[in-house]
Amino acid sequence: MANIFGGFKAVMYKEALHLRRDSVALVIGLIVPLAQLAVLGFGIDTNVRHVATVVLDEDHRQESRDFLNRLSNSDTFYLKQYVSSDRELHEAVVSGRARVAIEIPPDFSDRLRKGRTAQILVLVDGSDSSVAGQAINVAFGLGLDESLRRVLTPGQAMPIDVRAQLLFNPDSRSPNFFLPGLTAVLLLSVTTFLTAFSIVREKERGTLEQLFVTPVRPLGLLLGKIVPYLVIGYFELCLILTLMRWVFFVPIHGSLITLLVLSIPYLFVALAFGTFISTTVRSQSEAMQKAFLIFIPSIFFSGYIFPRENMPAIFYWFSFLVPATFYVDITRGVILRGAGVRELWADGLVLTVMGVGLLLLAARRFQRKSINS
Amino acid sequence: MIAAIETREVTKRFGALTAVSEVSIRVEQGDVFGFLGPNGSGKTTLIKMLTGLLPVTSGEAFVDGLNVMSDPEQVRRRIGYMSQQFSLYTDLTVLENLRFYGRVYGLRNQLLSERIGAVMAINHLEPYRDVISGRLSGGWKQRLALGCALLHEPRILFLDEPTAGIDPVARRELWDLLFDLSSRGITFFVTTHYMDEAERCNRLAYIYNSRLIAFGSPGEIKQLPEVNPAGARRVEITCSDLMRALHSTAKIEGVRSATAFGQNLHALVDDTLSDGALIAAIEAAGLPGATVRTISPTLEDAFVAITNQHRAALESIRG
Repeated sequence: MANIFGGFKAVMYKEALHLRRDSVALVIGLIVPLAQLAVLGFGIDTNVRHVATVVLDEDHRQESRDFLNRLSNSDTFYLKQYVSSDRELHEAVVSGRARVAIEIPPDFSDRLRKGRTAQILVLVDGSDSSVAGQAINVAFGLGLDESLRRVLTPGQAMPIDVRAQLLFNPDSRSPNFFLPGLTAVLLLSVTTFLTAFSIVREKERGTLEQLFVTPVRPLGLLLGKIVPYLVIGYFELCLILTLMRWVFFVPIHGSLITLLVLSIPYLFVALAFGTFISTTVRSQSEAMQKAFLIFIPSIFFSGYIFPRENMPAIFYWFSFLVPATFYVDITRGVILRGAGVRELWADGLVLTVMGVGLLLLAARRFQRKSINS
Repeated sequence: MIAAIETREVTKRFGALTAVSEVSIRVEQGDVFGFLGPNGSGKTTLIKMLTGLLPVTSGEAFVDGLNVMSDPEQVRRRIGYMSQQFSLYTDLTVLENLRFYGRVYGLRNQLLSERIGAVMAINHLEPYRDVISGRLSGGWKQRLALGCALLHEPRILFLDEPTAGIDPVARRELWDLLFDLSSRGITFFVTTHYMDEAERCNRLAYIYNSRLIAFGSPGEIKQLPEVNPAGARRVEITCSDLMRALHSTAKIEGVRSATAFGQNLHALVDDTLSDGALIAAIEAAGLPGATVRTISPTLEDAFVAITNQHRAALESIRG
């Protein structure tokens, strides 16, 4: 009468008692990810605005002033300082006081009036690539726009009119893009970390050995450990979604039910990973280090920060081994694109397979510690 | 009758290290079996093999007639285990710990409360039922651990140094409890370093350097020829300066060995050396007022003698 889930209910109930007794630690564990969410939600803005700009205008006439006005109206540039020499212009960029330096030569207006090509020099500090890229694009765009206005006869329409429309995130708001992906990372701390710690603690105290002399079987033990933390992870998810929706105003385009259902396999993988880690370590500090082995790739390879399409091939393929990759796809899919189960079922399936695999692996490693039965 | 525990040349190797080497023992049902030996000699390893925590490398081991390697599931239901360190949940109460272990063995509702009631009565744990177990003193922690190990009414209990680090009164009470339980038919397999505890066991095994070197009742062990060599007798010497006396006595012609034993010396001397001659020799070494009397060996004398002989044999092999 070998029950492979032996001890499941007893372990689950006991684990809930531990959590209740140490409720302070639990509350802190729940608050920390929310604080991280708040910091990133308020703090991160990848849109480039108000780039400090220094200007050397040697022309000082209507045409040059018009162009500078357009620059300053673009919202990208903030004309911080006007200087009177080349040397000062360079100094301002080197010292870091300005990211962009614009030089308008003395013959700017003359050349424009004579219909010859007038030149503007734009010096860009390349040390921050996203700022530099945006500054160059806007400067080019303004130049092109100005040129077209002069070439076209008044009233003549543009030959080609390209109109880009940003779907799903029309305002290009950073929180809309970052927070759904961040959920995948934040959930790890109440799932992978907490389960790993709770099992390793039993190793350290010798209670795990005591359990292996009883009819408790590895799968019963591991599932009994997982279920309470699944509930906590789920609760944390609801808190994160609440904060995201009503504090950071990230609209949820898809169905909340779909998101909640597809979150279960991700929480399960994260928990199973915690149990797996616990079989490979002896102390809680060692467990902490190993847990970062999943934490770091979840940040950098899941597509949460860096688009996976831009990764070198080896990292791109590696990202398929990171559970967060699939969950970032799920959260962005449901929250931003309004995708449903029809589009995202494969992600859920992959996560489920990963979770079951990890759990069985963990159980097998435990089994080998005692005699096989 | 089936032996409660039987091992046949059980061996455990960890890589090149042999932790337990060809140990064969037989423990009868209802025995209080004492398992002794220095630290690191293989006591805990043997217990772990018998309780299914470690696989046996070679040889066979049976618990309650069941092979521990082929039927671990059934073995687990018939045994209880109390490890060296306190391994219960220190943040749970006495009652919560008992309930958890009861549930682990599949006890439910009425049966669970009955067993918990019985175990708390035997161990006198009722006043502590709602105390967080981490706050109990050493002796009460051991009673709780024993209680948890008894819930499923095991036939055999393995106790690994159950009295290490608890006070003498609690130690004595725990042993009284073991005998009470043993009279109800439970077999005990106990490791200990205390000779007074060993003295109370029905049967003893002494393991040294991973090998079994003595096996039998305390009386039988004290009668072993290694302990009582021909042409020699054992004496107890009482005198003032114990350490000086130990050094001087060992050098006296006709003294084979001498050991400090509490406030006295125990020495193995040739039959030809009379009490008077021994006292004279001690006085000649500058220690007046010594008294000598012939004694029968204690259990500790026996183990010291057996260990020394074994060590000498090992050294002669190694050259």
